[in-house]
Amino acid sequence: MRKLIFAIFLAAAPMLGLASGEGPHLEEANIDLGDQASLQRGAKYFVNYCLSCHSAKYQRYNRMAKDLGLTDEEVINNLMFTSDKIGDTMNIAMPADKATGWFGNPPPDLSVIVRARGVNYIYSYLRSFYLDEKRPFGVNNTIFPDVAMPNPLWQLQGSQKAVYEVEKDSAGNDVQVFDHFEPVTAGTLSPEEFDQVARDLTAFLTYVAEPIQMERKRLGVWVLLFIAVFFVLAYLLNKEYWKNIH
Amino acid sequence: MNMMKNFVGWIDDRFPLTKVWNEHLAQYYAPKNFNFWYFFGSLALLVLVNQILTGVWLAMSYKPDAELAFGSVEYIMRDVDWGWLIRYMHSTGASAFFIVIYLHMFRGLMYGSYRKPRELLWIIGVIIYLAMMATAFFGYLLPWGQMSYWGAQVIVNLFSAVPVIGPDLGVWVRGDYVISDVTLNRFYALHFLLPFILAALVFVHIVALHKVGSNNPDGIEIKKNKDANGIPKDGIPFHPYYTVHDTLAVAGFLFLFAAAIFYAPEMGGYFLEHPNFEPANPLKTPLHIAPVWYFTPFYAILRAVPSMMGSAFPGVVAMFASILIMFFLPWLDRSPVKSIRYKGMLFKVMLFLFAFDFILLGFLGTQPTTDLYKLMAQIGTFYYFAFFLLMPIYTKLDKTKPVPERVTK
Repeated sequence: MRKLIFAIFLAAAPMLGLASGEGPHLEEANIDLGDQASLQRGAKYFVNYCLSCHSAKYQRYNRMAKDLGLTDEEVINNLMFTSDKIGDTMNIAMPADKATGWFGNPPPDLSVIVRARGVNYIYSYLRSFYLDEKRPFGVNNTIFPDVAMPNPLWQLQGSQKAVYEVEKDSAGNDVQVFDHFEPVTAGTLSPEEFDQVARDLTAFLTYVAEPIQMERKRLGVWVLLFIAVFFVLAYLLNKEYWKNIH
Repeated sequence: MNMMKNFVGWIDDRFPLTKVWNEHLAQYYAPKNFNFWYFFGSLALLVLVNQILTGVWLAMSYKPDAELAFGSVEYIMRDVDWGWLIRYMHSTGASAFFIVIYLHMFRGLMYGSYRKPRELLWIIGVIIYLAMMATAFFGYLLPWGQMSYWGAQVIVNLFSAVPVIGPDLGVWVRGDYVISDVTLNRFYALHFLLPFILAALVFVHIVALHKVGSNNPDGIEIKKNKDANGIPKDGIPFHPYYTVHDTLAVAGFLFLFAAAIFYAPEMGGYFLEHPNFEPANPLKTPLHIAPVWYFTPFYAILRAVPSMMGSAFPGVVAMFASILIMFFLPWLDRSPVKSIRYKGMLFKVMLFLFAFDFILLGFLGTQPTTDLYKLMAQIGTFYYFAFFLLMPIYTKLDKTKPVPERVTK
């Protein structure tokens, strides 16, 4: 019987693996949420480059200060442009209806965007803007084709163009498949430095998506240890009671 | 001690406290050969209590309003003390409830726990399962994310597929032409009400169980072999033997449950679906809509049945039939024995394939349809119904083994 159950689970295992997949290739973000300096830099980039169009309306400034190892004064003086109350959330002044007129879509709130799209998606997205004259802002994105957003980090990254390879699809037709980017103009940062900016921003957004996550994982160890000890006691109690039942 | 005795005596004169304690715990004789599979009944009760308690606390901060619902969940996750833990206990608990119940039902299938005299016990169980699905369905709308919204849209549209009255029925369920604030409000009311009905049904389930007595892995009636005092020879008092036994199971379960809550609350998008972290947007249909994993076997059956005359109604009928057919199980099994231990190869193979089929359909229900997957779902659906409808035949043909007089290890 036990073998039978095991076999069922074995048969089901490969299906779980199949459940993901599809979509464009994503680069590994390799973020480290334990690296507070990275999170602090991410917060700086976020308020400078994102927070004029995108809100993070569920994230409070003082919560961020506490979690990122900053004082309230540091946050008020360096990271708060749209608000002056430390207990406020990261809101923006841009009205959604105006934004719809300017961009076609209101820029989405970014509070839980990492939980919706995934860490690697956000990292890859930030690095994948390329020149495309057909788009209103002159740029497109390989991860999110025809996105309404311009590249906010273009000064840092410079501009790049997408290089395509011609491949045959299953019907034998030629199709253009994205291969790699080629730099066109240099930015103020080297490619490695820019990747680190994208990584820091991604790390910060990952933190914002679930501010409790580090604490949750820290606490989990103790909860599991407690239950493990309880299990041993329950096991011994059970053994004691059942020793005379045959 | 004497004071305690007097107090209990005072209660007993007015309420049958000692009598109930004895009848249902201290002198309720359960077979002594329960195995791993018998843990899931008490675990289901534990998860139900978890859902009700965490649910009540979530309700203290949740706002059933289309404008506020999504934000109030994030408020619970960020600003409510321990709100994140309560929310994860509830969201993980929903999936845990179905895992535990599916294993509990599979136990019933293996050991013939639905057979005479436990037909009504089984039927009450199926009603509980239906109530559970309804509760989960109503609850899934509440976070008001994209998958909440579009999942509910798809499921309510099933009612709209009913010929003639369908469209009106859909409007009646939603209270609107699309899922809207009105729908959210009524789903919230029902999501709060149903768990208490569920708890009442569980009470009835246990009363019915204690009337007929528990089945066991040998599928034999321990009440047929009683000693001079009228106590089954193979029975042991539920308390303390199975209370300590179940405590062990609770510890094991809680370990896995806590591991999920603290380290994988999204469970790779199965417990909390990724698109549900985008607020509901009635103007933006997601590319791929799938219900939560515990509904996907039935969703696969729905999609497997082709539309007839432009109506998806046949699929809807098949889906509801796949659940309602469980009610007839006690009369479909014609085997002279109850337990899989004494049934023949035929039943074992059929049951193994059924479990595999259920998981396969569950997987297919999470996937976008392709020609291959559709064909697989059709074969899966065919087998699902064949398992039930052919049961009177294959259980009759099956070569069974002789059943022992007394329970074995």
